[in-house]
Amino acid sequence: MSNKVLTGLHFMQGDIACAEGAIAAGCRFFAGYPITPATEIAERMAKRLPEVGGTYAQMEDELGSMAAIIGASWTGTRAMTATSGPGISLMLENIGYAIATETPCVVVNVQRGAPSTGSATLSFQGDILQARRGSHGEYETIALAPSSSQEMFDLTIKAFNLAEKFRTPVFLLADAFIGHMREEVLIPDKSKINIVKRKLPPCKMSLNEYKSSLDENVAPMPIFGHGFKSHVTGSTHNSYGKRDVTNYEALDYEVKLLSKKISKHKREIISVDSEIKDSNVVLISYGTTYRAVREARKMLKRDNINVGSFRLITLWPFPEEEIEDLAKKVKKIIVLENNLGQIVTYIKAAVKGEAEVIFLPPQVLGTLHKPDYIVDKVKEVI
Amino acid sequence: MKIVHPLIKYVRPGFLSTTNCAGCGNGIIAQSILRAVDELEMDIDDFVFVSGIGCAAWIPSPFFNADVLHTTHGRPIAFATGVKLSNPKLRVMVVSGDGDLVAIGGNHFIHAARRNIDLTVICANNGIYGMTGGQVGPTTPSGLKTATTPYGNLERPFDLPNLAKAAGAVYVARWTTYHARQLTKSIKRAVQKKGFSFIEVISQCPVQFGRRTGAGNAVTMMQNYKKNSVSIKKVDKLKENELKGKIIVGEFIDREEPELCEEIAKMRERIG
Repeated sequence: MSNKVLTGLHFMQGDIACAEGAIAAGCRFFAGYPITPATEIAERMAKRLPEVGGTYAQMEDELGSMAAIIGASWTGTRAMTATSGPGISLMLENIGYAIATETPCVVVNVQRGAPSTGSATLSFQGDILQARRGSHGEYETIALAPSSSQEMFDLTIKAFNLAEKFRTPVFLLADAFIGHMREEVLIPDKSKINIVKRKLPPCKMSLNEYKSSLDENVAPMPIFGHGFKSHVTGSTHNSYGKRDVTNYEALDYEVKLLSKKISKHKREIISVDSEIKDSNVVLISYGTTYRAVREARKMLKRDNINVGSFRLITLWPFPEEEIEDLAKKVKKIIVLENNLGQIVTYIKAAVKGEAEVIFLPPQVLGTLHKPDYIVDKVKEVI
Repeated sequence: MKIVHPLIKYVRPGFLSTTNCAGCGNGIIAQSILRAVDELEMDIDDFVFVSGIGCAAWIPSPFFNADVLHTTHGRPIAFATGVKLSNPKLRVMVVSGDGDLVAIGGNHFIHAARRNIDLTVICANNGIYGMTGGQVGPTTPSGLKTATTPYGNLERPFDLPNLAKAAGAVYVARWTTYHARQLTKSIKRAVQKKGFSFIEVISQCPVQFGRRTGAGNAVTMMQNYKKNSVSIKKVDKLKENELKGKIIVGEFIDREEPELCEEIAKMRERIG
């Protein structure tokens, strides 16, 4: 049997690093459907999973892919799918189901350009709000934004750990640049990789224990095949798990607890990368756009201009308090996104007028921000 | 002496009230499934029952005292595929309606049959959308007036057993709720069969189908099932006009083909 964890230094494509991160995180089931620019993840999983005793399923569509990973997760298996925007649009039905039924799983979106079929091979950050609000109803979600091949590996593991811990689907919001780019990836020794496992009930659950099956502190998961006699449903239900679809109390109970489960643990989930020192101007970015910010800061430093960087690694739940604190320390915030402004509205709300917020998309949507374009903008506002 | 139903042991405690209308065929199907499990002397804890959305999805959910996965509309077979592939030891049975399995879920249905994954799929076919109030479905007979075909159904219904057979199912049967014993026997065969098994149960919906199409009450509908059923063994001897309006019942196919989970296990061993 091949190595479960490919410890060592690799020159690796982002999509491949994501697949290797999944294998290292203990993912043993992948269901997917080919789509550019995420196909390489499926191809790698198809090769690697049988080597480590896992299963790859190529489904008939993305609706089925999402359904299959939820089914697999209920048997206690760590499961993942990977797709791009058009696939996510189809998966959202069952992503909502995974949220409602508290099913741990990882959903990778290697974002591509524009609505509908759009531009399959071009990069974009167009699906940020879709991850937050794409499915119907009202819910909280977790989404992470990698900005390098290394993070495609690291954050895939983190995504699995968050999914298992909080019993919820976790999005990895990459894009075509990150997915297709090749760079150094250091895969640590297996013993250095932290793996979080979902909580299981101690033994057969009684009806009284069913009563606590929805818990803001995350209930143990009564997985299939262990005599738990689980009743899993996407319908609202009473505190004993019995379907109750005509009662506003049941609706209120489910929506509030599901959301609170995430919002209550925000501090533990959220991760940001902040370098602001004594800067009056800070550049907020995430994913690929951070790479342009890094270059621009180097160029500005040569001109003795010190600007801060604040990178969102966790996009959802939104790091509201972190942004609020940041706004008190700086005068101007430049928000860089490769879209027409998605996360910026959340930033403006968190800043509460404490600092000036300036939105900066790239000159041509989809392309990376040119570092000198960022430099010019910074010089214009300071 | 307290008289109890022999199958009550398979019903989730405290979940006895039913959402089925009086005269619905769901109760007969539920009993046939549980009787099959009982007669096979299998442990119900080894089963996962998967259903979709619609009245028939409420046959196992929440009533069967086992692991039950009540999913989204049309997707139960895809969910079941994930359950079975990741734990092939579990016996996975999908119980849902015709709208769920072959309208919105038609693609998952034919692909699971093509893959020959070891699932037992039971389709309660009432020929209409019952839960939403009697709209035309992909199994509604041509010409019938429903809530959304007020001038008659212009489309043709699916022939589900032949669809399943053509898609690659290894065991296919059709019965009606009148044929409860034959149905139980078929379910036992399907559960034991390695591969994709499909059983269609023509089932009465007296409230929506019966009332809207003039098919009558539950008793009338079941009497008509009895009167109009023809065994598949006798079909060859009958002329086309003699088969008009008849329900062909029986086993459509029972064949051996490589099963997907077993093939995956062999592949893992091969690449070692």
